[in-house]
Amino acid sequence: MHYLFEPGLFASGPVRTALLVGAIVAVTSGVIGVFTVIRGQSFAGHALADVATTGGSGAFLVGLNQFWGFLAAGIAAAALMEGIGVQRRRGRDVATGVVLGAALGAAALFLYLGTLQTSTTGASFTVLFGSIFVISPDTVPALIASGVIALVVVALLTRVLLLSSLSSDLARAKGVPVRIVGMVYLAALAVSVSLAAVAIGAVLSTALLIGPSATALRVTKSPGWAMAASALTGVAATWIGIVLAYDSFYWPPHGHGWPVSFFVVTLVLIGYLLTYVKRPRRLAPRSPHEGAECSPA
Amino acid sequence: MFTGLMLNTWITATIVAVIAGMVGFFAVLRGQTFAAHAIPNGAFAGAAGASLLGINVLWGLAVFAIGGALGIGALGSERQGRKGRNDVVTALGLVLMLGLGALFISVSSEYAEETYALLFGEVFGISQGEVLPILLLGIVSVVAIGVAFRPLMLTSALPEVAEARGVSTRRADLYFLVVMALATSMTVPVVGALLMFSLMIGPAAAARSVTARPGVALALSVAIALATVWISIALSYRTNWPLGFFVGVAGAAFYLLGLGARSLGVSRTRLAA
Repeated sequence: MHYLFEPGLFASGPVRTALLVGAIVAVTSGVIGVFTVIRGQSFAGHALADVATTGGSGAFLVGLNQFWGFLAAGIAAAALMEGIGVQRRRGRDVATGVVLGAALGAAALFLYLGTLQTSTTGASFTVLFGSIFVISPDTVPALIASGVIALVVVALLTRVLLLSSLSSDLARAKGVPVRIVGMVYLAALAVSVSLAAVAIGAVLSTALLIGPSATALRVTKSPGWAMAASALTGVAATWIGIVLAYDSFYWPPHGHGWPVSFFVVTLVLIGYLLTYVKRPRRLAPRSPHEGAECSPA
Repeated sequence: MFTGLMLNTWITATIVAVIAGMVGFFAVLRGQTFAAHAIPNGAFAGAAGASLLGINVLWGLAVFAIGGALGIGALGSERQGRKGRNDVVTALGLVLMLGLGALFISVSSEYAEETYALLFGEVFGISQGEVLPILLLGIVSVVAIGVAFRPLMLTSALPEVAEARGVSTRRADLYFLVVMALATSMTVPVVGALLMFSLMIGPAAAARSVTARPGVALALSVAIALATVWISIALSYRTNWPLGFFVGVAGAAFYLLGLGARSLGVSRTRLAA
């Protein structure tokens, strides 16, 4: 135990904040990520994180708290994407790409102007890769609140979202406003992603959004179970990642901790790959109907 | 504006725009926008790794870009029939490469300025020696696309027909992703990972929204990419603001212009009918 948990791990304030924020982020991303994977919007999820960094660097420039910049840019981009967005997947990806390209350009400008002011280039690294150990405790209530809001919105929309994700025609026939549901969902995704991006960096937010939910959806087909499994996997990966990053201070090269994002990404990927190991068992047809489908007609 | 080192900048940027216009056209047509984002970003992580090991950055770029392309192509199209799996594999591949990048950067402490250059480009101050490899690679990518033009078009537009004629969609996917990786591994150190993505998607999307004819759209995509780059360099030279900003905004502006032109065209044909 002593080798795994370095002495003083749980007494350290930043570590406790990191564990708390990590859990909030992992649960929010895990639950919302299930819909992202079902709807095939991984690219949108990643793009929103990148766009959020534009807002983050803008806020950095103006001297505001980064979180508000992340949030504003994320929600604006979500509205734009769904606004241009064509219903077909391919058109939607292109609209996402164009918004992302423009936002990255703006990020380049903000970071450049930022370096003119402060003559440090550390900002781009912090914004992209995050640093969970330097979150100030003041922002934690805002992080929790926005996570809860995003979760409540998605919980209220669960049935409608699932229906419109699986068959948008059927949903429309039942009188569901598919466009508005899509937009509200993207806004919730933007909140969750900017929450993750501010806490752990844009890179990691995609890992937590897509990894655990893709893993969960490979194991179970029920959306409810998938959300629970995905949230649990995400929290586990984040916590183990934080502990390992804390320990890694004593690994080579000495006196230099390895980034949390690296550990969490690796753990999430190992989880996803593990679901492939179990796969051969499922090769046998599970029901006579499925077997019948495979045989030539 | 047109002397000495700036001349190299103009030449290099022109080559890059031609490559990006062509490769981007197929990326948009084949719905591989996400891969076009993931591969340059992954290549950036490779550059960080190479500089950590003290070897030539190009090796790191090439290994990560081509490795990423092969991984995304092999794992992604295996379940292409199933909705969204391709996206998931691309996202996870991207995240893995960026996670490694974060590790490399944090371990080598002196990398911060180069990080910015690799992400956002360092197009001003290209030496004569850097122009030639980019030119060679540009020719290789253009030839690679030219040789496979018909199968690439067929598998993009009519995948079922392509399969029936014995053209493997999966192999075409892999081929195209590797060409994209080759193109990006050379251009990332010059124009930056983020810029390369903007330059591939913006012009191609604009061209596609104006015309449905593939040959015309391809030519238009290259032309818009050239216009984007040239305008951006001139503006960047004047204002001293980063090139990436102008490229990103110009790409989006051309796309919006294209959408506007199309909706005008649609209403005109409706009136005529």
